[in-house]
Amino acid sequence: MSVVDVSGVSKTFTGGTNALQGIELTIEPGEFVSLIGPSGCGKSTLLRIMGDLIEPSSGDVVVNGKTARRARIDRDYGIVFQDPVLYDWRTVAKNIALPLELAGWDRRRRAARIRDMLDLVELNGFADHHPWQLSGGMQQRVSIARALSFDPALLLMDEPFGALDEMTRERLNNQLLEIWARSGSTVVFVTHSIAEAVFLSTRVVIMSPRPGRISSVIPNDLPQPRTAATREEPRFFELVTQVRDALHLGADVDRQPEAAEARL
Amino acid sequence: MTSGAPVAVQPLPRGGLGRLVGRRLTNWTPAVVVLVATLAIWQEAIDLFHIKKFLLPQPWTISTTFWDQRRELLSAGWLTFQEAFGGFAIGCGVAILVALALARWRRVGEALMPYAIAANAVPIIAFAPIADAWFSPFSKSSKMAIAAVLCFFPVLVNTLRGLTSVRPESLELMHSYAASQIEIFRRVRVPTALPFVFTALKIATVLSMIGAIVAQYFGGSFNDLGVLINSRSQTFAYKEAWAGIFVACLYGIAFYIAVAFVERLALRWQPSTSD
Repeated sequence: MSVVDVSGVSKTFTGGTNALQGIELTIEPGEFVSLIGPSGCGKSTLLRIMGDLIEPSSGDVVVNGKTARRARIDRDYGIVFQDPVLYDWRTVAKNIALPLELAGWDRRRRAARIRDMLDLVELNGFADHHPWQLSGGMQQRVSIARALSFDPALLLMDEPFGALDEMTRERLNNQLLEIWARSGSTVVFVTHSIAEAVFLSTRVVIMSPRPGRISSVIPNDLPQPRTAATREEPRFFELVTQVRDALHLGADVDRQPEAAEARL
Repeated sequence: MTSGAPVAVQPLPRGGLGRLVGRRLTNWTPAVVVLVATLAIWQEAIDLFHIKKFLLPQPWTISTTFWDQRRELLSAGWLTFQEAFGGFAIGCGVAILVALALARWRRVGEALMPYAIAANAVPIIAFAPIADAWFSPFSKSSKMAIAAVLCFFPVLVNTLRGLTSVRPESLELMHSYAASQIEIFRRVRVPTALPFVFTALKIATVLSMIGAIVAQYFGGSFNDLGVLINSRSQTFAYKEAWAGIFVACLYGIAFYIAVAFVERLALRWQPSTSD
């Protein structure tokens, strides 16, 4: 059974912006799918529709054989935004424990899981720190630990490393792949970065704007496990070129000036 | 694994109360210098420019007057503080409850807020004589009522702003965890609002003292500080009136510091601004 099955999804915002049209996308367990495209192509909207944070105007989203709403109530999603959205009044450990508290885990079970998660994102020794005492990259790792803490079937990531510098971003990309390999979760990853999409994904979904749609899907055959050296392989560059060409092709379809970029 | 090493993280020193006070003392040195200088200039200028001493007494005169009448003045101040505190508790308590309700039922909030803001522009002090008529001028209730109304609006407006200043991603995150409205309030909205609430509470300490004292100008028991200041002014005993004002300051400042102290305890998680 596929983890996500999006069929015929369209979204028109009040005000008439046609954010998405006729989206068809199926994601299998264990996949790492990147959504890439220019601003206004609706990639974040699509992510939010999968996570039942926005309702589609038409079409269906099935997650683990359930409606998106049912899946959200069953806590099948872990979400990571560009902003880590950590709570300053909670320590790192308590931030990670937030979804566990909401799911009613008892204290001992929570403590054990917090330890595992701190191990996973390599933040041992920072359990009692407050978020403002951490660097941006560390904050984002806490956010990832929180999203994975309750073993969600699907990890939704909306430009999680978009605000970080290039070096931190590459390091976190490496770590994310290790985390993904160990946790075995399915990931949908929104990004602006071609290199990031190629390095991380098993499949790159290319979207184009007005109306937001999927213009092509590029399977990524780079061997696993991928390491820093992967970025220097010829195949990596070929795929980067392929994705870049596909993006430009989508952009050439219409050359209207960038309109209404407001959080699509 | 590439370096996930803890880099560039310097936990702020979380010293105990003693260290806090120590740091505070050094921070306060300039302020103490200003205070002493001001008092000295005041003291000397009155002699130097031949200012009539009964109109503006010298600080030394005010302090000796205070010392001579300290028992009467401090007990008057205590009575006034009780009235101010009662008004503060009622006004702030109701304001916080109303803010919670308005934040929960946003439609109601949108309907009521324009009137709340308009009511905030009403000079509440003007109602002091009427409040004395509603309750008895000799009761504590009339003073508490004025103090409470004065405290109400700033606390309401700030609390509501705090409760609604939660970022959209934060709410999306809680929705993705299928959190209920009550859980969102408890775990996100209320902690987000706390710094706003305490800012308003500190403003309210001062307002409640003003409210209580001004209400007493229009009538109150003879033991009230406002009544004392008012009657001494009318009999030209200005140095005693000044001593009364000094006592009002003492209680007002103590009240403010007490609330600021509770704030520090409640918001210990905050990055310290003094570092």
